[in-house]
Amino acid sequence: MDSLSDKRKILISPVTRIEGHAKITLQLDDKGNVEDAFFHVNEFRGFEKFCEGRMFTEMPIITPRICGICPVSHSIASVKACEMIEGIKPTYTGNLLRRLIHIGQNISSHALSFFHLSSPDFLLGYDSDPALRNIIGLAASHKEIAVGGIRLRKFGQEISERITGKKIHISGIAPGGMAYPLTEENRLALLQWIPEAKKTVKMGIEIIKKFQEENKEMVESFATSPTLYLGLVGPNGEHELYDGKLRFIDTDGTVLQDQIEPARYLEFIAERSVQWSYLKYPYYKPYGFDKGFYRVGPLARLNVASKMKTPEAQAEFEIFKKINNGKPVHGTFYYHYTRLIETLSSVEEAEIILNDSEITSDKIQTQGRWNNHEGIGCSEAPRGTLFHHYITDETGKLLKVNLLIATGQNNPSMNRSVLEVAQQYIKGTDVTEGMLNRVESTIRCYDPCLSCSTHAVGKMPMVIEFTDKSGNIIKRIER
Amino acid sequence: MPKKKIATVWLGGCSGCHMSLLDIDERILDVAQLADIVKCPVVDGKDLPEVDITLVEGSVTSDEHLHEILHIRKQSKAVVAFGDCAVMTNITGMRNYFDLKEVVDTAYVNAISNDKEGKLPDHPALLKLHDKVVPLQEVIDVDFVIPGCPPDADTIFYVLFEFLNDRVPNLSEVKKLKYG
Repeated sequence: MDSLSDKRKILISPVTRIEGHAKITLQLDDKGNVEDAFFHVNEFRGFEKFCEGRMFTEMPIITPRICGICPVSHSIASVKACEMIEGIKPTYTGNLLRRLIHIGQNISSHALSFFHLSSPDFLLGYDSDPALRNIIGLAASHKEIAVGGIRLRKFGQEISERITGKKIHISGIAPGGMAYPLTEENRLALLQWIPEAKKTVKMGIEIIKKFQEENKEMVESFATSPTLYLGLVGPNGEHELYDGKLRFIDTDGTVLQDQIEPARYLEFIAERSVQWSYLKYPYYKPYGFDKGFYRVGPLARLNVASKMKTPEAQAEFEIFKKINNGKPVHGTFYYHYTRLIETLSSVEEAEIILNDSEITSDKIQTQGRWNNHEGIGCSEAPRGTLFHHYITDETGKLLKVNLLIATGQNNPSMNRSVLEVAQQYIKGTDVTEGMLNRVESTIRCYDPCLSCSTHAVGKMPMVIEFTDKSGNIIKRIER
Repeated sequence: MPKKKIATVWLGGCSGCHMSLLDIDERILDVAQLADIVKCPVVDGKDLPEVDITLVEGSVTSDEHLHEILHIRKQSKAVVAFGDCAVMTNITGMRNYFDLKEVVDTAYVNAISNDKEGKLPDHPALLKLHDKVVPLQEVIDVDFVIPGCPPDADTIFYVLFEFLNDRVPNLSEVKKLKYG
């Protein structure tokens, strides 16, 4: 046994020791207080390298395979980079169809995050039987909510299917627009979903508001360190997921950069590789690695936006803005609430697009060819701003690929939130089930894009290990 | 007849196959009537118990995946290679054309957005990447394959439903055999 003066580490990882995806090491100081936290992301596939040598036009088909939860965002960022290389713009209808598919993915991804993964905690309780704390267990006691959530996700997925014939890893998003039109029959079928989808999202909003009200103290003390925020906004500062320009704000809400072309991202964002994770640590370049923490995703997008584009989401946005008197809301728990406000906005916007008289037009694609060596494309994935950057030779073959993934940008803050929560709840070497839950739900707030990162979609069964400096296990707790 | 036990596991892949599993939508509740889903990334799951069927998404890319798939084989009556990455490595195997060091350096050393102070990922808690990505049947006996990137939800439901009713699914017969 080591003396107390040795730094000790706690390792949290999935119970199945052989599985090893999301893991956390907590490093203790002499007195047993948490000194540092390391959130290990355990996945690497190497897209940046193996795409080299391929034609740039293949990228909207290859890159969705980065992630099965947000494939459309990759396709959109990719196709925009391709359009910069070709020097073309998509047609009105092509662009609108892409926007609609992108909204659909946002709805299904947010529905998964809230209803399938998070709502069991809110409705059944953090301390309820873990075997039932999931969407199937929820269906037994709260059938309307569980089935509503499943069907809301289905609506989002069905938008892709009714345009392209496939729900996941669709083809048809192509430089210049879309390869497939939307038929009138499919337009009407999608429109029929709107009232039900809206009702379900509002049910979700009621659930989260009630939970926030009843757990005010926890919600407001939960991983609340201020960070900068980044998100896309429209020309008037409105909330935007598909197009738009970059806006960075400071911790107090001061606008640091506004209406920045995404193609200039390298002026504002740099990243650093770290030894303990396969996920890099991006930061706001002007502030440097230590001070440049910024966050992306629903909370960030609502913090940077001046307003929402649709009336019902705007009404909810105004309630959200009151939480910190118009200043940025830093509480990590508010990711859930903002995710639902965005979902409401997406359902409203889907209705507007489906009623656009040009949506079923067959003028869906501009033709183009290689014109420029370099292309940069950007979109708001459900979890945050996503960048694709390609450099090609004059035949269109890729020489260099750079991908800045949404979850990556939350990585430094996720790591710090885990540290904060661990410091708040762990004292000494006694670790309780409640503490494990808190640490886990910190990560859950960010809804990390799991395939790009951790692989733990649902609950993370955990084991906690106390080890000494050399990695010898002193104590092990399972749940 | 006791309720059957199903597990689903995710190795080196994008989660698209699991998302397609979720695309069976409300039918997930029918599956839950016939079987207990004892381990799955979207529900809770303890250590993998003995199960009747395990669906495995993704390729074997590292020491941890290899360890895991051997354990899965031991615990499962039937192992199903679930999706193209599990069946034939698909996109995950595209790095096999390159030297591993080159692949890693491209992301962690030479990326355009990287600063100069980074270090290569190297930590006891991290998995160790294998030089080459392999499909499941390269390291274990596989009982059934569902190809597709991802397989569509109806196909997945069909396979599960047949297995849970003690029949062997026949993808050719129901015209559901497709790659990509």
